Amino acid sequence: MTSGPIYLDYQATTPLAREAYAAMQPWLGGPGSAGGWANPHSAHLLGRKASAAVEAARGQIAALMPSGGRVIFSSGATEALNLAIRGALPALAPRRRIVTIATEHAAVRDTCLWLEAQGHDVVLLPVDRDGLVDMDAARAAITPATALVAAMLVNNEIGVIQPVDALADLTHAAGALFVCDAVQGFGRVALPPAADMIAITAHKIHGPKGIGALWVRDGVALEPLIHGGGQEQGLRSGTLSPALCAGFGAAAKLAAQRADEDAAHVANLRDRALELLADWQINGSLDQRYPGNLNLRREGLDVARLMSDVRGVAFSAGSACASGSGRPSHVLTALGLSSSEVRSSIRLGFGRYTTIDEIERAAHLIVDAANRQMG
Amino acid sequence: MARDGGALSLCDASQSAGKLPLPDADMIVVSAHKLGGPPGIGALLVRDLGLLEPPGGQEKGYRGGTENVPAAMGFAAALTHARYWTDRAADLRHQLDSAIRGAGGEVVAQNAPRLPSIGSYRMPGMAANAQLIQFDLAGVSVSAGSACSSGTLKTSAVLTAMGWDEKAAGEVVRVSFGPSTTRAHVYRFIELWRDMAARAKR
Repeated sequence: MTSGPIYLDYQATTPLAREAYAAMQPWLGGPGSAGGWANPHSAHLLGRKASAAVEAARGQIAALMPSGGRVIFSSGATEALNLAIRGALPALAPRRRIVTIATEHAAVRDTCLWLEAQGHDVVLLPVDRDGLVDMDAARAAITPATALVAAMLVNNEIGVIQPVDALADLTHAAGALFVCDAVQGFGRVALPPAADMIAITAHKIHGPKGIGALWVRDGVALEPLIHGGGQEQGLRSGTLSPALCAGFGAAAKLAAQRADEDAAHVANLRDRALELLADWQINGSLDQRYPGNLNLRREGLDVARLMSDVRGVAFSAGSACASGSGRPSHVLTALGLSSSEVRSSIRLGFGRYTTIDEIERAAHLIVDAANRQMG
Repeated sequence: MARDGGALSLCDASQSAGKLPLPDADMIVVSAHKLGGPPGIGALLVRDLGLLEPPGGQEKGYRGGTENVPAAMGFAAALTHARYWTDRAADLRHQLDSAIRGAGGEVVAQNAPRLPSIGSYRMPGMAANAQLIQFDLAGVSVSAGSACSSGTLKTSAVLTAMGWDEKAAGEVVRVSFGPSTTRAHVYRFIELWRDMAARAKR
């Protein structure tokens, strides 16, 4: 092992599993290798071999999904969510309302806000101080005019698990479709069995970046966003990468095999981190939470300074998506935190390959730097 | 012409990038896996970003989604290695064209400027699918039309647009090669093609 910073940013991306890396190798070979570079949509022998690898991976991912649907590969969850939301709307007309949660990832939030600018009626449901969706507001907002409801399973900034089953029931009672962004929960937290569409990505489950998928329940009508050669059952054109598909499939299979072991390990890491960071306030519900995420704050802390002082730990202030932009986190703001509370919050994410020793060393580095800063 | 008319020009250069100079267009589309890089990554080259409306997110606000870093590195490395083989490809393709003409075949777009790494050939009297099966059994991977439509067995839209009738268009097979294609590969294809064409005439 090379000694780099301790990696505690598992909600931004996760280390590639050795098994996923190995599954990708045969499909990254060049001249002189077994022909793994072939186009999986070609009819010849090499193409059919590549296609078989793609289909095997599709099966490995489908095995973790509800029954009665199909897996459509995409470039990632952002594209999968765009396909789910924008692709489903035409068949749902004249229903024009889209209901989502104020704390959704930008892939859902910005897509819905764009649709609002195109004339759709968009409702952002508020959350309580714990980050959980306001179910009374949901009951009021999800009407027979609602086309679809989009809600995340696990929040990417605060790890909170939304009551997606209850939201799916409300959605179906109104005759609308339920889209679940399961990026952070896939392979770790139970998926909503009643969802109509589920978006996931490989690189959050120790697979490669550049591939995701949309699971679509049979009978849901979708319009493609990307037109071309008609790959992916006519719903997503473009040549697939057999290497990325194989890596994704292997990562999904491994997540299922190691689910219990991973869950026990992550719970241990979380308990140890909470002991060492006992002075910090926790943003978002601790009970309704995926345990591989902690979002913490200390009154008066300057997080920008903390991050530059603690170079030995890779962690994040707010979500990585917003952290480059300098915008304050819309998630923490939706919890009702003041702007100074938002600026004194950090996100720690950990998982399968984090060790107890790493959690302890990182917590000491962070606590020491914070203590020095606070004088 | 587009510029004179005040319009924007968009060029799909996915087959030519790395082989021919890029055109003088306002926007150019390229793909890594057509020039020796990995599938799953492409790029849009834009003369002036002001031409496009940024939807927000990554890629300077023009394309949401986490970037695939290894694929981007592979794309860049492939670009630096993609040059200097097209002269050899032109020579191989010239031999292929002559051999097929000599054996009673037809070279598609024979007199038009063509990328030196692609050739399409009609074998009168033998359906492309029948040719493909035999080439495949002999260990040669070629295709009829493009890979994305090859599963569908429809007549090539390109050949139809060129005025080919359905029967003739259905007898065309596409051959394409790259830096690792050898003279022996091309000779093997020619040999198989001649045998097949001889059987088709009988």
